[in-house]
This record gives sequence, structure tokens and C-alpha cells, in this order.
Amino acid sequence: MATTEREIMAVTGNEAVAEAMGQIDPDVVCAYPITPQTEVVQLYAQMVADGKVTSEFVTVESEHSAMSAVIGSAAGGARTMTATSSQGFALMWEVLFIAASYRLPIVMTTVNRALSGPINIHCDHSDTMGGRDTGWIQLYGENHQEAYDNCIMSVRIAESMDIRTPTMHMYDGYVISGAIGPLQMLTKEQVQTFIGPYHATNPMLDTKNPVTVGPFDGLHGWYFEHKVSQNRAMDRALTVIRDVADEYAELSGRHYGLLDEYRLEDAEVAIVVVGSTAGTTRMTVDKLRSRGVKAGMVRVRAFRPFPHAAYAKALEHVKVVGVMDRADSFGAQGGPVFLEVRAALYDSDPRPQVLPFIYGLGGRDIFPDNIEQAFAVLQKAAQSKKPTSTERRYLNLRED
Amino acid sequence: MTVEKKAGAKRPAPLKKPRAAKVAAKKQPTWDVSDIDAWGPDRHELGATIIEAGNSVFNETGGWRSEVPKIDSEKCDGCMLCYFYCPDASIIIENNRAVGIDLEHCKGCGICAKECPTDAIIMMVDEKE
Repeated sequence: MATTEREIMAVTGNEAVAEAMGQIDPDVVCAYPITPQTEVVQLYAQMVADGKVTSEFVTVESEHSAMSAVIGSAAGGARTMTATSSQGFALMWEVLFIAASYRLPIVMTTVNRALSGPINIHCDHSDTMGGRDTGWIQLYGENHQEAYDNCIMSVRIAESMDIRTPTMHMYDGYVISGAIGPLQMLTKEQVQTFIGPYHATNPMLDTKNPVTVGPFDGLHGWYFEHKVSQNRAMDRALTVIRDVADEYAELSGRHYGLLDEYRLEDAEVAIVVVGSTAGTTRMTVDKLRSRGVKAGMVRVRAFRPFPHAAYAKALEHVKVVGVMDRADSFGAQGGPVFLEVRAALYDSDPRPQVLPFIYGLGGRDIFPDNIEQAFAVLQKAAQSKKPTSTERRYLNLRED
Repeated sequence: MTVEKKAGAKRPAPLKKPRAAKVAAKKQPTWDVSDIDAWGPDRHELGATIIEAGNSVFNETGGWRSEVPKIDSEKCDGCMLCYFYCPDASIIIENNRAVGIDLEHCKGCGICAKECPTDAIIMMVDEKE
């Protein structure tokens, strides 16, 4: 299908995702509004009220209830979606683990926003980075188009019988969620054909075959075995995410990898970055390349599962890698992405240096100049004979 | 619920077989978990789901008990509160009266005694042989 002939629309990131949800038309959506995700839920509720979709829309009194309701719905046997941000994501915390351990194929849109305090509604990744060990698959999108595409692909990934694991996809609050950008949509028929009909496993509403979901594991039970089973599914998810992306590329002409490499072939210095800042970084890489600097970039797409072997392969020839985290892990050696990338490169020989950068917390602007500063640190480290300090470097921080 | 009391209603004879044995005789589990202690991560049902209903009848929890309910059926007015509150479905009802306890599953929690409005159920120390 020549989707390139389809018109390009100008939409906000939230509108793009609400449109994707409308085309997916899940059986049930349970959600609570929170800035900057509100528009998704609001637009979807409007579609339900207008009869444009057939979903049951459940309004709830909190995100803890939203996640609990989607678990009930998915366990009942329905294709179920929800959306959240920041504090809402944090309020779902304990129930996120339950959704994942019950292996319910829920799809959740999470619009990245800082966690309080001080109270802050702007973009950073501390909400979902904090949820990286909940057992959910995590896909970070870069722009409006990818937010739409990831939403549709997440359905296929979560529902894959090889893994059956809930999937959350993210995009940056305000930068993507509220700003207007280009979007090329598929038709509803294309989306419906791509996702296919929903097949429930052991649904509770199959009254002829009653099941118990979420039982006590016993006094000397099988909790440990179930956790290993979850992790094995996470390993298999790498293949599933790749296969779904390949199939989606045939349909849409847009291909997404586990990670997104840019001008890495002969790069000596490279930056690893998540989300919308990748656009600014790409531009900076081009600028440095025009000056003869061998710069490159990796954008993180799949963060859980983390494709460590793919990172090692992509970055093993790079001399110095800078990892830009839009979330911090207080007291750790660096931000969450830094820790992953550094671990992924540990077995490389020669081993690239990996340096941590923190940027954009609470929506602090990140300018091309800031990324150039980061590249300058990497270049200096690449030329230096002495090892470079791996202390965090903060981009665009107000210094004393 | 209201229970019509019939004068001179015949007291039921005590059950000869415990309930679990009756159920087990009627229906053997089709989901074979006999060697579940040896199951590795890939053999379990997705999400720890129990795919066969009613198999808790085979999981005897009576051994956890330190106190045991005693029912005085003469005092029972058939209100059924004990039956509905019992977390282990261990109250044996016949002709709308509590007549006994399924001791293979009763954990001795005492909820039945707490809820009984006519004090027909009291908790006693469970003296095991």
C-alpha cells in the first residue's frame, strides 16, 4: 500500500496517539487524565461519545484504579488500553508489576513528564525510567509519527503469543505531546488488518472454563520460576519487536529498529540519547561532520528489553561514547541509560570510554550548543592519553 | 434470607464422608499438577493462572487449625451467615441448618462463631489425637 500518497497532517503528539487508539478501537479503555497526557484521554472519550469507536470507556478516580481496571478488563478477556504521565504513572506503581506478572497484553501510552518535587509538569524521563523494572516492555518514541506508529505496533508486540507481556510506549511531554508536528496515518482498515482480531488467553469471562487469575503462590510456591519466565519472555521480546517493526515497515514504509543508529559507521565519538532530543542531536552530528569531526548518534528505542548486544555491535568501534540521560539515578554512577550502555560495552575489546551526561530535567531546554559542548568533552577525551573522569556532566545547568 | 422453620423437622444424619472425599470421588482433576514441585519456568501456565476451577478442594488446609468450631444445631436458626462468611466453604448445611464442619478445609479462623447471631457456634481448642 503506497502510504506515501496519503496526506500529511499537522497534529499534536497527543492527537496522533488518540487517532492511533481510535483506529485500534480496543474493547476497553480505562484512564484518568493527567497533564500532559490529558488530551489523549479527552479526545478518545470524545470519539467514544460520538460513536466513532466501539470501546467501553471506563472513567476511574485515580491512576491506581485505572491500572487496576485495565488488569480486570484484560484478565476478563478484552483488548485493553490506557494512558498516563508522571505522578499518575507513579500512582500505578504497585499495580504495574501485577499487570506484567499476570502476562496481560495491555498497551499503555505514557507521556513523559518529570516527577515532583518541586512540582513540575514538563518533560523528563524520570517517570518511566523509574518503571523500568516493572516487567513492562518499554519503547521510547522520538516524534509525532513514531508516537502514532509505536502505539499501533505495541498492540502486536504485547499480544504476541511468544511473549504476552504488557507494553508501554513513550514520547516527550510538551515537546511532542503538545507541539504540532507532521503525521502520516494509515487507514483504519490497514490498522485493523495489521493488529488482527484479539485472542484472549484463559479469559475470566469464559464462564464455561472458569480460571483463577492472581492466586496466592503458596507458602513454598513458584514465584521464582514465574519471574524467570517473565525474563525469558523479555529476551524473546527483542525478536518480536524487530519482527513487528519489519512487518509494519512493509505496510507503512517506515522502519524502526531496536535502536536507531545515525552516522556511526566510522564514528570516533558518539552520543546515545532518548526521545525528541535525538532530532537536535542528529542536526548537531551533521554540523560537526561538516567540520570534519567523526561524530555519530544512537537513539534508544527499546529500553526494556535492552538490546545490549546490538549496542555493543553498534558502538564497539567508537572511542568515546557520551550517554545523555533525561533522568537521574541518585547515587548511582550515572543515569539509567548510561548504566545500561556502559554495561553493554564492558566486554568490548578495545573497550570504548563511556561518559555520563544529565540534561533536560524538569523540562530544562537543551540547545544545539549544549550538545556541541557534550561532543567537545567526548573529542577531548578521545584525544587525551589520560583517562577522563566519569563524573556526571550536566548540560545547561545554572552553575554557582 | 428468611428460613421457614418446620416444627418437628427431622435432624439430618451426620455426613459419613468428608466433602473433599466426596468431590474427589466424583471428579478427579484433569489438570495434572502431581509433579508441580519439579516444574521449571517454562512449564507453568502464563501469569500463574489456575486453569481448572474447584481444585482447591484437593488442597487440604485443615492442618493449619489451632481452634475448631463446634456447632450446636439446636440453637441454629438457619440464617446462613456462617455459610456465607466462611472463607473456606467449610460449613456443612443440610435442610437449611448448619450441621457440621468440613475439617479437612476449616482453618479455624472463627469467623463463623463471630458472625453467628444465636451463639450456635463456639470455638474450642482443637485437640488433635
